[in-house]
Amino acid sequence: MALPSYTETRYRIWHYFYIAICTFVFFFLIAPLFVIFPLSFNAEEFLVFSEGMKNLDPDAFSLRWYKDMIYGTKNPWGLAAKNSFIIAIFATIGSIILGTLAALGLSSRHMPYKGLIMAALISPMIVPLIISGVAIFFFMAKVGLAATHTGIVLAHIILGTPFVVITVTATLSGFDHSVTRAAASLGSNPFNTFMKVTLPLILPGVISGGLFAFVTSFDEVVVVLFLAGLDNTTIPVQMWTGLREQLSPTILAVATCLILLSTIILVTAELLRRRSERLRGINR
Amino acid sequence: MSSETKQILTTDGIPLEVSLKKAERKNKIKAFLLVVPLLLFLIITYVFPIGEMFTRSVDDKMITNMLPKTFKEMETWDGKELPSEEVFAAFYKDFKVLVEKQEQGKLGQRLNKEKNGFNSITKKLLRQIKRNKIDENQSIKEQIMKIHKRWRNVEYWQAIKRTAPPYTIAKYLKGMDMYIDADGGITQVDEDRRIHRILWLRTLEIALLVTIFCFLMGYPIAHLLATLPMKYSNLLMICVLLPFWTSLLVRTASWMILLQQQGLVNDFFVLIGLVADNNRPEMMYNKVGTYVAMTQILLPFMVLPLYSVMKTISPSLMRAGKSLGGTPFVAFWKVYFPLTIPGIGAGCLLVFILAIGYYITPALVGGASGTLISNQIAYHMKTTLDWSFASAMGLMLLSGVLVIYWIYNKLVGVDNIKLG
Repeated sequence: MALPSYTETRYRIWHYFYIAICTFVFFFLIAPLFVIFPLSFNAEEFLVFSEGMKNLDPDAFSLRWYKDMIYGTKNPWGLAAKNSFIIAIFATIGSIILGTLAALGLSSRHMPYKGLIMAALISPMIVPLIISGVAIFFFMAKVGLAATHTGIVLAHIILGTPFVVITVTATLSGFDHSVTRAAASLGSNPFNTFMKVTLPLILPGVISGGLFAFVTSFDEVVVVLFLAGLDNTTIPVQMWTGLREQLSPTILAVATCLILLSTIILVTAELLRRRSERLRGINR
Repeated sequence: MSSETKQILTTDGIPLEVSLKKAERKNKIKAFLLVVPLLLFLIITYVFPIGEMFTRSVDDKMITNMLPKTFKEMETWDGKELPSEEVFAAFYKDFKVLVEKQEQGKLGQRLNKEKNGFNSITKKLLRQIKRNKIDENQSIKEQIMKIHKRWRNVEYWQAIKRTAPPYTIAKYLKGMDMYIDADGGITQVDEDRRIHRILWLRTLEIALLVTIFCFLMGYPIAHLLATLPMKYSNLLMICVLLPFWTSLLVRTASWMILLQQQGLVNDFFVLIGLVADNNRPEMMYNKVGTYVAMTQILLPFMVLPLYSVMKTISPSLMRAGKSLGGTPFVAFWKVYFPLTIPGIGAGCLLVFILAIGYYITPALVGGASGTLISNQIAYHMKTTLDWSFASAMGLMLLSGVLVIYWIYNKLVGVDNIKLG
């Protein structure tokens, strides 16, 4: 952002002030995440940078907390990770199926009461989680699904579908419907048309919606706190319990792994977005 | 029959208009059928349970079911003087049924909430019945009145009558620190006991201030991201998107490390001489921690809608404004800023809606002065088990959120929400 040479001094000052503010905000956004990395390699039990760490003494660093995370006695993280992945994967599949179908219907220009239905389908994203948690807990307790994996998966499908609906409708908004008509005129039945023509074209949107659903489920703690029994504990619930009792370096080791996971998801989502824009012919 | 001859017919001989309408209806049904699975799923698992929260929050059938005969007799009672012999007899019959089911204790406790002193006099009545001291052939009214002077006090019978309706708004009133007094009017609780009002105001205050902070911090960087060349802005976008995709608990944990008394933020303050080393301020377990952590966590939700709006504003508009004689400030204020208002609306409403229902972060970094209405709901769900009160508070919060959602829908339209 080079300024033209004729800029007056006060605008020059203002410009540098603006750049300084932006730098500060970017730092504010990203820096907290980077505190976790070095501290998770701390050789000591305290969550402060020791003198040794400040002097980059190799003895001050260790993999001790990572070992504790994986092999520690009475270790909750293994079970939590397993549960988290199982629940998130099934919740994602459910959200993708229900959400994509609904998005296909909503994108049709024949859809009656489009705005109203869309608002209703998106509502689990807007309603505060605590209220969703209470309501879903009442339902699951009544049908006997509280403290089961099935119950939590269903709850996460509720919370995850809005994301799929939004991303897939957005992808479909640039969709050229003449290709499906072409397929139909060439003798394809609607199911084949969907699988061979529509789905490949909207796949980036579907996957990126799925990623949102996955992250929502993987990261969700409020509803799980209401629904989970001892066997259904997930990574966020374990972290929540750990953070309430005492901040241990093992939690930071887990947190580091989660940051790596979110980096992978971010890169995937970004690549998908670009691919989808290319497919829809939006060039920026 | 001249009109029919003018009609265009399809090859099957059906008028084209009819045939088209039929096709249209078929398409409508087809589109709707695709939405049906999700709609049904949500209605059963989500919408109905929220409705159930409502019935739970106003439900007060307990006494209505316990004293059916009494309330039937009370229908004709004017409620000014002591009720008639029939009411007393009906109450006695109802009470005996409860004694057989051993539920008289519940009745005493519930009535005691309505008016203090019921617990002991129902116990006295129980003792008399157990000892067979009550002769059913004589006036029951006289005998009950003899047991305790409170049974001769009309206020206690009025209290019973107040519990007759199967529904009550008492839980909602409690959420607003009010109650129904002896005359049936609505009164506020004493000033030093108005805890819920403080929570509502605090929730509103934190949500508003966090929204303002997010706007003040988000607007400049969204502008920078939208105006920088693609290769730089993509890199900086990571700073917004990585926190967005990172677990909420991870981000809260990092703030707990940063803000603790021996944490890096305090280290930095000591280093630049802002505070003395032995006098490090407490930045966590109070409102400061809640503000800082929530602002950082919700900032991406402000930046992303702002960015997507700013991206569509052509840079030539600003140049035009300047070339027509506006200073950069005027050009910004009169040309650029008005064009970003849809983005500001979307971002602010989104952040506000998310902030008002926040639970995890305030509970971890907020301490006692950082707890919000959501924490109170969770407390009643998990600790006091007063589920009807938790439902009432939840629905009060929900109605507020739905109003904002409705405004959001009017201003921005839910189908314009963009993600990532």
